[in-house]
Amino acid sequence: MLTLFADWFTYTLLRLPKGHLITEAIHFFVYDIPKIYLLLVVIVFVVAMLRTWIPAEKIKRLLVHRHQFIGNILAASLGIFTPFCTCSAIPMFIGFVESGVPLGVTFSFLVASPMINEVAMVLLWGLFGARVALLYVGVGLLIAIVSGVIITQLHMEKYVEDYVYMIKVGAAAGDAPMTFKDRVVASWRYVGEIFRKVAPWVAVGVAIGAFIHGYAPENFLARYAGRDNPFAVLIAVAIGIPLYSNAEGVIPVVQALWAKGLPLGTTLAFMMAVTGLSMPEMIILRRVLKPRLLATFIGVVGVGILIVGYFFNWVL
Amino acid sequence: MRIEILGSGCARCHGLEASVRKALEMLGKDAEIVDVTDIQQIMAYGVMAMPALVIDGKVITAGKVLSPEEAKKAIVGASA
Repeated sequence: MLTLFADWFTYTLLRLPKGHLITEAIHFFVYDIPKIYLLLVVIVFVVAMLRTWIPAEKIKRLLVHRHQFIGNILAASLGIFTPFCTCSAIPMFIGFVESGVPLGVTFSFLVASPMINEVAMVLLWGLFGARVALLYVGVGLLIAIVSGVIITQLHMEKYVEDYVYMIKVGAAAGDAPMTFKDRVVASWRYVGEIFRKVAPWVAVGVAIGAFIHGYAPENFLARYAGRDNPFAVLIAVAIGIPLYSNAEGVIPVVQALWAKGLPLGTTLAFMMAVTGLSMPEMIILRRVLKPRLLATFIGVVGVGILIVGYFFNWVL
Repeated sequence: MRIEILGSGCARCHGLEASVRKALEMLGKDAEIVDVTDIQQIMAYGVMAMPALVIDGKVITAGKVLSPEEAKKAIVGASA
């Protein structure tokens, strides 16, 4: 149906000749934007609904005293459904550690939460296709799980700031029970909140895509940062770590890099570095982690992202 | 009435505060609004999701940016 609309809009309404470059670019634009917006509304709504059943408090209860692997896998998977707001990072960290969630499990959650979420999934799906979206999620989960397991193995509990263990966490107030209607209303409002925030970025991303789609890419990035440059992934990750953006904001950039010939592994590694590790997040985490643990966290996740980048460049 | 907004000053926390102020205006009510950014104080309430709304020492919501309408309901409910 969307294809029909796009056909009608481009060829009939604007009377543009078929096969012409500008026509194809416009067609792409008219088709892709509604498609992504539609996906965005549907998927964000579904995830928001699910989320009303799993508040932070319940996640904590699910993770308390879990052992390795199972705990890490569960934590990383739950991280997908939790929107990550840097302002909640510290309270969540303290709440988890305080109530007996193992440190490594807490880290699995901390890595997965900002890196993978439903909005990133929709955008990757819309702009790069299902295969890339699923790869991103799968690999993100893997990094979150493995990083958590490594941090557990290193027994770094003593490198959490001492005051964290001293904080008295009050008894959690249970949220008022929600009716089904409450859930729908709250989820719908969340869709609005996300949509307003993401919609402009999607337009930018698609515009870049449409432009490049119509005007055939000049593979200038491929020449400098292509598969045969062994340092490309390293440089992409090094640039990405201090940068801060949520997944929504970085996707237009990622789309442009990819379209200009950056290999997929390098592109995904860059995106993961930007979303998964960032300067503001480190400054915030420094308040609860001693430098050694913070450095280990950055090191483990950073190396994980590097491996992923090289692996994809090699396999794909 | 003492209203506390728990959070570390992020955009969503300001959103909640704005809604609360609007709600008070609609109700023609006067209340003390306090921004709580100290982590020890926040944790004492046992909430993990920011921003949280606390009225007279009781946690009303956590992790939600209420609309002015909802904030109004919460304030009326708390003063009843």
